[in-house]
Amino acid sequence: MTPHTQTREGKTTIVALVENKPGVLNRVASLFRRRAFNVDSLTVGRTHKEHISRMTIVVDSATISPYKIKANLEKLVNVINVQVLNETIPHVSRDLVLVKVRADGAERSNGVTSICERYPAKIIDIGPDVAIIEMSGTEEFVEKFVNELRPYEIVEMVRTGLVSMGRGTRIQDTDYQPVNVKNANGTHKTTV
Amino acid sequence: MQLTGAEIIMECLLRENVDVMFGYPGGAILPTYDAMTKYLDRIHHVLVRHEQGASHMADGYARATGKVGVCIATSGPGATNLITGLATAMMDSSPVVAITGQVATSAIGSDAFQETDVTGATLPVTKHNYLVTDVEELAYAIKEAFHIARSGRPGPVLIDVPKDVQNAVTEFVYPEEDIHLPGYQPPTAAIEEQIVDALSLIQQAERPVILAGHGITLSGANNELRELAEIANIPIAQTLLGKGCVPEEHPMVIGWMGMHGDAAVNHAIQESDLLIALGMRFDDRVTGNLKTYSQHSKKIHIDIDPSELNKNVPVDVAIAGDLKTVLRQWLPRVKQKSHANWLNRIRDWQEDSNERDILQHDSHGKLLTAQVINDLWKFTDGNAITVSDVGQHQMLEAQYYPHQRPATMLTSGGLGTMGFGLPAAIGAKFGKPDEEVWAVVGDGGVQMTICELATARQENININIAIINNSFLGMVRQWQELFYDKRYNATPMFSPDFCKLAEAYSIPSMRVTSREQIQESVDFARSIDGPVLIEYVVEKEEMVYPMVASGADLDDMKRRPKPGEEAYS
Repeated sequence: MTPHTQTREGKTTIVALVENKPGVLNRVASLFRRRAFNVDSLTVGRTHKEHISRMTIVVDSATISPYKIKANLEKLVNVINVQVLNETIPHVSRDLVLVKVRADGAERSNGVTSICERYPAKIIDIGPDVAIIEMSGTEEFVEKFVNELRPYEIVEMVRTGLVSMGRGTRIQDTDYQPVNVKNANGTHKTTV
Repeated sequence: MQLTGAEIIMECLLRENVDVMFGYPGGAILPTYDAMTKYLDRIHHVLVRHEQGASHMADGYARATGKVGVCIATSGPGATNLITGLATAMMDSSPVVAITGQVATSAIGSDAFQETDVTGATLPVTKHNYLVTDVEELAYAIKEAFHIARSGRPGPVLIDVPKDVQNAVTEFVYPEEDIHLPGYQPPTAAIEEQIVDALSLIQQAERPVILAGHGITLSGANNELRELAEIANIPIAQTLLGKGCVPEEHPMVIGWMGMHGDAAVNHAIQESDLLIALGMRFDDRVTGNLKTYSQHSKKIHIDIDPSELNKNVPVDVAIAGDLKTVLRQWLPRVKQKSHANWLNRIRDWQEDSNERDILQHDSHGKLLTAQVINDLWKFTDGNAITVSDVGQHQMLEAQYYPHQRPATMLTSGGLGTMGFGLPAAIGAKFGKPDEEVWAVVGDGGVQMTICELATARQENININIAIINNSFLGMVRQWQELFYDKRYNATPMFSPDFCKLAEAYSIPSMRVTSREQIQESVDFARSIDGPVLIEYVVEKEEMVYPMVASGADLDDMKRRPKPGEEAYS
């Protein structure tokens, strides 16, 4: 990992802006399946624009050219634009983890707490025997954190997968505005 | 104007200049079939006998005309029966729009009668598809579908319309503005740097070959290609679907490439120092072993689909663009060259092939497929639209029926769909009623869609059906002979008496068992205004040569021996 990029070595991050419509995730997933592109992680979320969603896809760059994936993604009608974030393009990436650890007894609780103090981690739920901890960072950072917690018996865990963004003025956006269909009764709605 | 969804479908089809649709009614599409009755004077509906036939007919219509072909089916089995035809159109970039009925929106997901997730099932075999759940969106969806089907790299688009959406009433406003899809902007021109790079490679090349694919005709770049070849004296090799994009008798056309292509062409590709690949996709049937494919050449590739560039074969100059536009950018700057030595070298290879031509051999009185096709070519003045099925007859059709005009050799190239020939020929004839159309099909393939004989009869469509009957699944048998020690499992084939079958369908027919009858059979076929079936009973165990075995090097070809030489073993 070079200082300016936060995708781990051997991996490439692909960011796609897509129309926020039903079935688009299915189209992307179907493409990856039928072209036999292996995915490390895939996240979908909203953007600041209601009609646009954003997908972050991490792939193994050794087995498949990310530009091949980009060309195929761009063929999908609902995919608006695609950016490849590789080692030459400065970008930040974040993975979020929720870990439920057993924390019954003072020794355990103190151990977990002291690890959490050394990371930007938050204990977001405490029960009689277990606690849920939230932490985010690069993939490696999250892994390091999780590994430290392992001796304290992790009972449940989930990671969101990476979300990424180009640094500085590298902006991935679209001017696209959906066409409004005029209803007979004067209301507007978005096309299919 | 207040219209139902079903009426909106028909109004939109009118505005897309649809004059014929191929389909089969059923419960979920009945509202549209009912609305259709008011439009039948302007849009003819062809009742098929199986929905697969409808999708192939729409495809055949599209290939012959370049216009969008339309098929229509009901939900569930009606829609799933279209899938083979959609996949065929997808692989060969054919513009087709399929309209399917769907169960009512309230029933979707409930495993209702004749419910299938059709948009899910057709996702991988369509360029795009729609499930329209609101009648307000219907006109937009249809307009977009036609735009997507015919533009860029053409392909099939499916619109799934639930029954309640067909029945719903709304104010119909046809979207007059141009379609703007943010994620769909097919490339057009090349950038200057790419033009300079390409022209410099062309200028330096001593052994160039143009690989002309289906994209030439889809883009309408036929004249530009011809001009390029003539100015710089670059030989043109055609793909199976590229055949006829420049007349095959043109002196710069050296033949077609690949597994059963011309040996001279395959040798030329392997020895070339520059491949100029235009609207083709380096299919495995075209390249053979990729590791040894044209190793010493630089490569230029133009395709309108960027995902085809550097997909199978890495190239030196990759241009995502429309062929006609890009070739027009090139043409004023292409310099004259002669390439005389190179063209002579190719001519030598061609001489060798001519000596091996099966028509140069004594057939000992047997009727051979090559003779049938060659004579069909001769007696139709090489001017018919031929629609082949898949297998040995298809390859021999490509070898022995040279085409002089684009979009006159229709065949399922990419998917290799048996059963394509008969229905696609019906579709082609609807698109080109003034052309002579021959379906040239095998005894195996034709039986997959033979029910469409009834469609041909009902429509009295004037097509000629040539069944090449060798009582085998010939191409599979050829592989069994070469690679499976002649264990002919599941390839010997019983067929009905095709002439009696034709009679059952009230279709005139003739059986041909000797070469002398071929001219008579063509005259007979031409004398009949309506469908006619000719059965050619040919030698059972013919081989198609040359042959590049699957995965072998492109110039490692099994060849037919010259007369007097030992037979290939």
